[in-house]
Amino acid sequence: MTPIMLELLFRSLWETILMTGASGIISLVAGLPLGLALVATSRGGIAEKPWLNSLLGAIVNGFRSVPFIILLVALIPLTRLIVGTALGTWAAIVPLAIAATPYYARIAEVSLREVDRGLIDAVRAMGGNRWTIIREVLVPEALPGIIAGFTVTLVTLVGASAMAGAIGAGGLGDLAIRYGYQRFETTVMIAVVIVLIILVCGIQWFGDRLVAKLDHK
Amino acid sequence: MNSFVSASTIAAPSGEGLEEVVRLANVKRRFGTTPALDGVSLTVHKGEILGIIGRSGAGKSTLIRCLNGLEQADSGEIHIEGRNITGLSEKELQPLRRRIGMIFQHFNLLSAKTVEENVALPLKIEGLGKAERLKRAGELLELVGLSDKAKAFPSALSGGQKQRVGIARALAARPALLLSDEATSALDPETTRSILALLKDINRKLGLTILLITHEMEVVRSVADRVAVIDAGRIVEEGQVWSVFADPQAPITKSLLSGFRPQLPEYIATRLSPVSGAEQILAVDMAGPAAQGALFADLSQALPQSFRLVHGGIDHIQNQAVARFFVAVPTRDAALPEQVQNFLKARDARVEVLGYDTDHA
Repeated sequence: MTPIMLELLFRSLWETILMTGASGIISLVAGLPLGLALVATSRGGIAEKPWLNSLLGAIVNGFRSVPFIILLVALIPLTRLIVGTALGTWAAIVPLAIAATPYYARIAEVSLREVDRGLIDAVRAMGGNRWTIIREVLVPEALPGIIAGFTVTLVTLVGASAMAGAIGAGGLGDLAIRYGYQRFETTVMIAVVIVLIILVCGIQWFGDRLVAKLDHK
Repeated sequence: MNSFVSASTIAAPSGEGLEEVVRLANVKRRFGTTPALDGVSLTVHKGEILGIIGRSGAGKSTLIRCLNGLEQADSGEIHIEGRNITGLSEKELQPLRRRIGMIFQHFNLLSAKTVEENVALPLKIEGLGKAERLKRAGELLELVGLSDKAKAFPSALSGGQKQRVGIARALAARPALLLSDEATSALDPETTRSILALLKDINRKLGLTILLITHEMEVVRSVADRVAVIDAGRIVEEGQVWSVFADPQAPITKSLLSGFRPQLPEYIATRLSPVSGAEQILAVDMAGPAAQGALFADLSQALPQSFRLVHGGIDHIQNQAVARFFVAVPTRDAALPEQVQNFLKARDARVEVLGYDTDHA
């Protein structure tokens, strides 16, 4: 592989990391509260509100049912409003984050729902309010699942970011399509796949280690 | 003639005139169409241990959860330290709950927090500073004998140790009342004994009022001062533990106590005839001083050859002797059974004729 190709590979890797990382962090910051809201407002939850729960559920399902490539294009006006342009790496972060947020919210919801009701009772019996329950029970007890779910979300984002080439965002997927596939440069294709495997394995390994460290069950 | 009956051991506190920590008046709660609590009235006095016993589904869990508002009553009044808590909002209940500690069957310790963080949590909720609450947590862990586990996570503890942490946590905010929701039901008999001993110890040392619910008579027997029996959402019987053990009234109480009171052996019970036979079988119940005298020695001296002991024994509950014996009285002399019964009744025994044994020579 030529030095130019190597440079291209590194630049693409950085673009993928940037897209995955930025949209991942946004999905964590927005998805976790959304997941908490889904659990809290559900029947028997700490802030039971069935109508709000149905509304949130419908919004989450709506975004999750749109294929990412459609979302990428459909959100162009919004992207332009936020980032100022509809093209490039930063522009791809908007649709990626918007797609990942409801996805992650559902994963977080599952972990939060599995927290033993008895623990919530115990903290209620101590005189704790809803905020105490969220801070001292729901989030810390579900944390291993929340982290494991975030790892899954990041890996999914690595895959989804490949499609972001459609709006000129670059990244490893884009490199593989344009050079490896369209120009028949098998070496580039193989190199990209190897880098992707290392990246995904790295994310998973780090996530697993963090979960093992945090899990005291 | 050295019959000796001591009257000094009857010191049963009557409960009258004592300060009330909990008072329930006609509390009702239904789930769908099934009533879980069907008009419960109950009083818990300061410093006592009240055991509420019932089968599963009798309403005892709902009852205990109503006391700190984890469950809302449909009607009736619940007074905690003189304040009516029925109809209070979740927000209004929160400060009141800090006066009530609670321990649970499955301990409900937070797995992500260390033992000392678990114990300190009620104090964190109260708004105490970190140094202060960890100091108090240390004192409590010492009280329950787990000082060396302060930094451990609950998953590293045994069931009994977890419940000790649960007790320490429940006591952290210096509650006026401790609620125990089947706290020993998930523990083995030996651990159960040690946890009950700890509760009794805390009750004595701190003068803490304890209300415990259980389905195990052994728990009531070993730790409670008074017992209330709940069945189908109603309190069917209530009294000093020893007196309820000595003379249970409700069928449910008799059934719950069947393993604790001597029963006429099955093979004899099945062959009894209701009308006649070689021997009359009597059940003799005594409690308190009556059970401590040399009753049978006196009986055999007054009426020689008048009876044969079939089965029975003396138990001691709350420093009171509770005796139940089965005796067979020969019917050759037609007047003898009557004489024996009168003798026993004159000595404060309850006598019940169960029937006549035909097989025995």
